[in-house]
Amino acid sequence: MTVLLEAEHLTKSYGALKVVDDLSVSLDAGEALGVVGPNGAGKTTMLNLITGTVHPDAGRIVFAGSDISHAAPHERCHAGIGRTYQIPRPFEGMTVFENVLVGGTFGRRHNERESYDACALALHRTGLLPRSNTLAGNLTLLERKRLELARALATDPRVLLLDEIAGGLTEHEVHSLVATIKSLGAEGLSIIWIEHIVHALLAVVDRLLAIDFGRKVADGEPAVVINSPEVRDVYLGSEAE
Amino acid sequence: MAWVNDIIQGILLGGLYALFAAGLSLIFGVMRLVNLAHGDLSLLAAYAALVIVGPLDINPFLSILAVMLLLAVFGYVLQRGLLNHALDAGPLPPILATFGLSVVIQNLLLEGFSADSKGLDAGRIEHQAITLSDQLAIGWFPLITTLTAVVVLLGLSLFLGRTRMGRAFRATSDNQQAAQLMGIDNRYLYGLAMAISLATVAIAGVFIGIRTTFSPSVGPARLIFAYESVIMGGLGSLWGTLVGGMLLGVAQTLGSHLSPGWGVLAGNLLFLAVLAFRPQGLFAKQVHE
Repeated sequence: MTVLLEAEHLTKSYGALKVVDDLSVSLDAGEALGVVGPNGAGKTTMLNLITGTVHPDAGRIVFAGSDISHAAPHERCHAGIGRTYQIPRPFEGMTVFENVLVGGTFGRRHNERESYDACALALHRTGLLPRSNTLAGNLTLLERKRLELARALATDPRVLLLDEIAGGLTEHEVHSLVATIKSLGAEGLSIIWIEHIVHALLAVVDRLLAIDFGRKVADGEPAVVINSPEVRDVYLGSEAE
Repeated sequence: MAWVNDIIQGILLGGLYALFAAGLSLIFGVMRLVNLAHGDLSLLAAYAALVIVGPLDINPFLSILAVMLLLAVFGYVLQRGLLNHALDAGPLPPILATFGLSVVIQNLLLEGFSADSKGLDAGRIEHQAITLSDQLAIGWFPLITTLTAVVVLLGLSLFLGRTRMGRAFRATSDNQQAAQLMGIDNRYLYGLAMAISLATVAIAGVFIGIRTTFSPSVGPARLIFAYESVIMGGLGSLWGTLVGGMLLGVAQTLGSHLSPGWGVLAGNLLFLAVLAFRPQGLFAKQVHE
């Protein structure tokens, strides 16, 4: 397996608070990595550091063989990093298709006509095709989450960073979203998925990373990690899955 | 009939305000930048036209393209060189930066052109009118101004609604960070937005320069009319800006009809009334929660 993403010794503090503390993460091409940890453990900040919307105090990030530590967020998108937000951030004044079109044209650096097919495919994959002409501001929560995914897919990512995409959904909705993500992984897309809904995570990921206070607690075989005393300790009282 | 004439003249005046305010509206919409130098930039355009028109002895209308290009380039450089850095530093620094820019432009113009009033002479067209009746006449120049405003607003709407880059503008306006993750370079996009904004300001600046005389200190007074138009129309709505400008124009001409000194006052009162009863403006973009 070739390493696709390698984050080394990432550190980020806000004032006296170390949100991410000497954290190293690596991801192989085609691998699906799950990330668990209590609220405030630094999971989302880790994704922000990888997408470049937050700058680390220390550490470096190598993606597909090149150092992207100083690349701007849009350059990292072009390199093949796509992400979804925990709280969806659709372009509310635009239709669903236009939302995806922005990713398709700017993420792939294509003109609009060239990216129509890719956009339609992204909408089809996420089940949003019938909603193409709906204003994104009028979507339900599940549809907004799916739009986050469709938009990221339209940018033609090599790695997909998912931030609690199943959070807030019903059991049935989680099930169908898991199926979508699983099929993306099966096609060779690399995935880093932060999730509190552990059974959803375990259905998809090859490896599990547990973090707390910005540090790595455990990293390895999902069943082993989730049952390890360290992880149980961290989760005790906060999650009962 | 005099009232009808006032209303028509007010609407046409509003076209000029809308033409002037369109760039302000665009900048605020895309990057939430409050540009306090907008009025002074329109003066910069008028003086640039003066410099071009003088030695060449041409009609100021012919200078518009050159002035647009000049201000567009200036806008792009200004944005990339100064305002992008100010935007990075938080919401207040850009306001201070444009305020400083306003002072700098005023003083440079004063230094270069003195405090004397100047004017752009467009020739006979300034005084020609279509006479509808004894009391009703539509001046060609105000009519051309308003039509230009409509064309500019239409062009901007088509750009924002139908083109690849226009969609990037709207995406960035809705959520800048998410737009970046879609591969949009916001620094370039902001530069482009300022270039387009100042190109429209260039048109407005030359038109206002033809309509009235100007001196280096009148920029901030103009700025108020532009903001009143944008806010009455509703932030983020270009066509709202046109309606806002026209309402302001009508209020001013009707006010002047009552008493010559009441024009600006009537416009400001209408503005205050809109703020009191419909603070989001008449055509505010709908907000979904």
